[in-house]
Amino acid sequence: GTKVRKDKAQLSVSVKRFVKKLENICDNEAQEILEEKNYVAALGICAQDPLGNGSNISGGEVYSFQTPKRSNKMAELASELAKTPEKNVAPDHSKCPEKMAKTPQSSEEIFLLMHVFSLLLQNKKKEFVSTTPYRLRKRLAAPDPYLESESEYSASCSEEEDEEEQKEVGAVLSDQKTPAKTKAASTPPPRNNLAKKTKEQKMGNLVEEYFEAHSSSKVLTSDRTLQKLRKRRLNQQTLHDLLKNAPLAYAAEIRDLNQQHESLFSKWMLQLHLGFNIVLYGLGSKRDLLEKFRTSLLQDSVHLVVNGYFPSITVRSILNSITEEVLDHIGTFRSPLDQLEFITKRFKEDSSLELYVLIHNLDSQMLRGERSQQILAQLSSLPSIYLIASIDHINAPLMWDQAKLSLYNWLWYETTTFNPYVEETSYENSLLVQQSGSLALSSLTHVLHSLTLNARGIFRLLAQHQLEKKDNPSYPGLSFQDFYQQCREAFLVNSDLTLRAQLTEFRDHKLIRTKRGADGVEYLLIPVDDSTLTDFLEKEDEDV
Amino acid sequence: QQIQEDLNKQLLDNLLSFLSRSHSDFQEKTTKWTCRMKFREIPTAALVLGVNVTDHNLTFRGLSDVLQDNITPYVALLEAKDCPGIKNLMQKLMGQLMNCDIEVDSLEDEDCVQVSQNRIRCSMPSLVSWYESVTKKTDSETPSKKRNSSSRHWQSPPVVVIFKDMESFTTKVLQDFIVISSQHIHELPLVLIFGIATSPMIIHRLLPHSVSSLLCIELFQSLSCKEHLSTIIDKLLLTSRFPFKLGGKVLQVLINIFLYHDFSVQNFIKGFQLCIMEHFYSQPLSVLCCHLADIKKRVYSLSNDQCENIRRLPSFRRYVEKQESGKQVELLTNDSFLKEETEKLLEDLHVYHENYVSILRCLHVFTSSLPKYPLGKQIRELHCACLENQVWETEEYESSLQLARMLNKADLVTMLQQCVEILMSSSGKEFNKTVEKLKEFLTQFQNLEAEASQERDVSVSSQKELQKKTDLYHLQKTLLELKESRRSKKLTKFEMLRFEVVDYIDRLVRKYLVPADKRTLHEIVYFNAATVLRGHLNAAPRTALHTALNNPHWYLKNQALKCDGGGISNKAPDICIVYKLHLECGRLINLVDWLEAFSTVVMAAEEPNADAASSDEVDDIIHARFIRAVSELELLGFIKPSKQKTDHVARLTWGGC
Repeated sequence: GTKVRKDKAQLSVSVKRFVKKLENICDNEAQEILEEKNYVAALGICAQDPLGNGSNISGGEVYSFQTPKRSNKMAELASELAKTPEKNVAPDHSKCPEKMAKTPQSSEEIFLLMHVFSLLLQNKKKEFVSTTPYRLRKRLAAPDPYLESESEYSASCSEEEDEEEQKEVGAVLSDQKTPAKTKAASTPPPRNNLAKKTKEQKMGNLVEEYFEAHSSSKVLTSDRTLQKLRKRRLNQQTLHDLLKNAPLAYAAEIRDLNQQHESLFSKWMLQLHLGFNIVLYGLGSKRDLLEKFRTSLLQDSVHLVVNGYFPSITVRSILNSITEEVLDHIGTFRSPLDQLEFITKRFKEDSSLELYVLIHNLDSQMLRGERSQQILAQLSSLPSIYLIASIDHINAPLMWDQAKLSLYNWLWYETTTFNPYVEETSYENSLLVQQSGSLALSSLTHVLHSLTLNARGIFRLLAQHQLEKKDNPSYPGLSFQDFYQQCREAFLVNSDLTLRAQLTEFRDHKLIRTKRGADGVEYLLIPVDDSTLTDFLEKEDEDV
Repeated sequence: QQIQEDLNKQLLDNLLSFLSRSHSDFQEKTTKWTCRMKFREIPTAALVLGVNVTDHNLTFRGLSDVLQDNITPYVALLEAKDCPGIKNLMQKLMGQLMNCDIEVDSLEDEDCVQVSQNRIRCSMPSLVSWYESVTKKTDSETPSKKRNSSSRHWQSPPVVVIFKDMESFTTKVLQDFIVISSQHIHELPLVLIFGIATSPMIIHRLLPHSVSSLLCIELFQSLSCKEHLSTIIDKLLLTSRFPFKLGGKVLQVLINIFLYHDFSVQNFIKGFQLCIMEHFYSQPLSVLCCHLADIKKRVYSLSNDQCENIRRLPSFRRYVEKQESGKQVELLTNDSFLKEETEKLLEDLHVYHENYVSILRCLHVFTSSLPKYPLGKQIRELHCACLENQVWETEEYESSLQLARMLNKADLVTMLQQCVEILMSSSGKEFNKTVEKLKEFLTQFQNLEAEASQERDVSVSSQKELQKKTDLYHLQKTLLELKESRRSKKLTKFEMLRFEVVDYIDRLVRKYLVPADKRTLHEIVYFNAATVLRGHLNAAPRTALHTALNNPHWYLKNQALKCDGGGISNKAPDICIVYKLHLECGRLINLVDWLEAFSTVVMAAEEPNADAASSDEVDDIIHARFIRAVSELELLGFIKPSKQKTDHVARLTWGGC
């Protein structure tokens, strides 16, 4: 109790200091905001248009720094979000047990202060000009009723937490499904530390804040990992199946939205023919839209579809497909630039040649390089090549400088579809998706089948050894000497040299990895996860 | 549709020719200079072109064409991106020069073959020998041709090498090239031209003294891009030659993009093209947007539907309401009568444009020299102001009139003379009277001058009288009287005339500078959809993403998604929820926490009656949905996998670090 109170005193002191600082910041930022407004006003006549399309959100709101937040804020927000529709389930204090009558109250006050903090910061963001320090102080003295209700929420959260604890004591196994609400609220990190942390945080310049935040390597997150979660990792296939079964929310609205976009097709055609190129942006997969465009309008003309999201796409392959498929040219080129020159020449010579190029995800990993964009831009600047592309990444427009932009001659179209990125993300190695072992397994067996019997034996030996040690997380691998010994005992090799030759072959096929330990000894390791290895051994046993 | 496209094409062609014409004057200047310079060491021209890199292409193309026509057939254009090393540079240079050569004497096929073989070992000596052979050939072999060519070119035409973007060349390549070519300068008259985007200082920064001393640099400043813009606006918008007009807001958007974003004339033209296209695409009546000569034909070929469209135009409705009832009925029911009326109105509109432009220029003459430029320095600003609302109601107009009333005589007279010239040159017929009136003013001013000199005589004589009197009191009195009389008598004449002139101008402005959207049928020729234009040219993809993620209701019109303030309902699409949750985190995000928070929200959104039996399955589905949403965020660039901690991802956006 006392410790908490001390903290509280410190907090209020810091709040005063903070308010003073806030004044300065307010002044500065009011200035900035004014300038920005001037600029926006100069640029944006659209603020007056009813169809402004929400683009009158000023830049500040979109990319501004936000106030430092507590790490459990996410959980809080989640519970808040979860609660919002069922407000009638108001937290009732009557149920509050006596034993937590004292402690939660003090923590509640701190919590309240912290909320004032965050509110202050939010105010700073929202009403730069109007917020006077006086008002802030007043707010400090008499917090809104909203704040109180907020803190009630937190109180109720801690109630539930206690309840949960009681339950866990009561229940033999924690296997039971606790209600979602308590789950979310069940991660309260020590709040005192955090309060101190916020207090120490200097509210200096925004830029300083940014660098401050990024200079410290310390990050406050909880240490839980997915492995502790008793849930198997999904692999790509099951994920796909599951998502197929899950109903798509708001299908009707999304269809409406897409129909709106589809009505633009003929306009796109006209604009493409007039020498513009079209780029689509906005949330949601634009693949289906482009596909529809292709099937409805480009059926009779020569067109090339580039799946930019494909992980091994290159500019060279795009150019190759143009020269080989479209221009029927056989032969190779020394460099993409030569190839481009050839294409340019051909298209200039023959004015009847027309080519539509559709690129899904122009901003993908493989295509976003400067050189490839340059080549694509030059390609698109040809009058008889019509390019229509889609971008998704938030920073995609940064790929293009003035010169490229003028080559591309873009017309921007906002096509927010809200479609899930099914194809686009299927190639991405998501953290959450288990790398399917099937590919690795088949390649393992394939390679091993082409080897001699002895070689297979050697590999088996290594695999078995690795499986035996699979519980040891710091297992460095099998040392070469030990391995040689074992192989000799199994009559697999007769000399050091033959084993080395064998291992080199393995290494060439990426079946094993060698690394030197701290003592200079060579350790051998199979870079495949345990389950795959087990599968492999089982299969081998069947074969033998 | 066909007509529209034809019109488009025609306009585009015009645009391009305008642009190149505006460049040409400056090119000629350069050409002259190059001839003068050809006897010095390595003559070098540094062209400071300004930051609008995208326009440079056109300039250089024009420049090399002009050079090729007038001075020398040997022009090579080099770009930095083609020349990463000295070898590539030489290759490119040779290639371009040889090509020029082939064009010049295409008869000599053997030589061409030889030449192309030469390309394999590209070096300066080979270049020199090539040059010698070429010049010798033209000298000796074909005397008739020589005369022909010498009329066009000089005896030994210089080889011009243009470096398009000097800043982006690697310094080593440039230095090497200059040093090598300086050794061959006596055999090969080489002229370099550097294109510079920033400032001439860059030459000295790129090249050390030892290298730059080999050059003899003369600096040229090209016209600034703003001047280009003014010429384009002058020639495109402020003429009655083109039927298509831009609305005030649209013009404002285009000019703002130009001034705030890129200074690129090319982009401005692109915007203009887009406007034309949008107009002809979206406005069904734009068929009528054509030259005066065609109007009659097109009006009579209007179909029934199109007539209906005309009737639906708001400006036409206003017009109808003002007419008497009999005519109203006629207009609304009788197609042929409507057509006649439309034709008349369109002709009116045309006349209005003619008058508008000349009066606008007159007004510009007056306002552009006022102190502090209340109505703007450039005519485009004045044009915008006039388009947007009734200019005489604005404060700026008031203050500028007041300032105009304080002009001195000399200025006023020159301005009036300018106005007379403008009005004389304009084709409008109504201006005869105006011109006469203005001329009258001028003569009055001249009379005033004569009078003034007379008066001066009078005052001199009165002063002589003064000298006679010695009484101090009387002296004071007469001085005062004199002063008063001077103020009341002499100044009023000039002042009255000045007031009259300003009032007359004011009247002209009120009569002719009516904003276009007050005119009937203005929709046919004016393009006003500024928002569309802005969306296509100056798009904000990040804003769109932001809106979609924060406020899905904007796109998906579903009541369940509607919510107030910054909040988001828990029924929002998965990705919105995941995004919203991730905003609350710091630099690293724990995936487990994230997943749990997500499932909390989603479970609450779905029916809470998910009982234990099916919950496992539900869990899996939620898990899958979460995975999908997270990988979508990864694709969008909000997060990336992190190795710092297991099962964490790093945020890539700034918010809440």
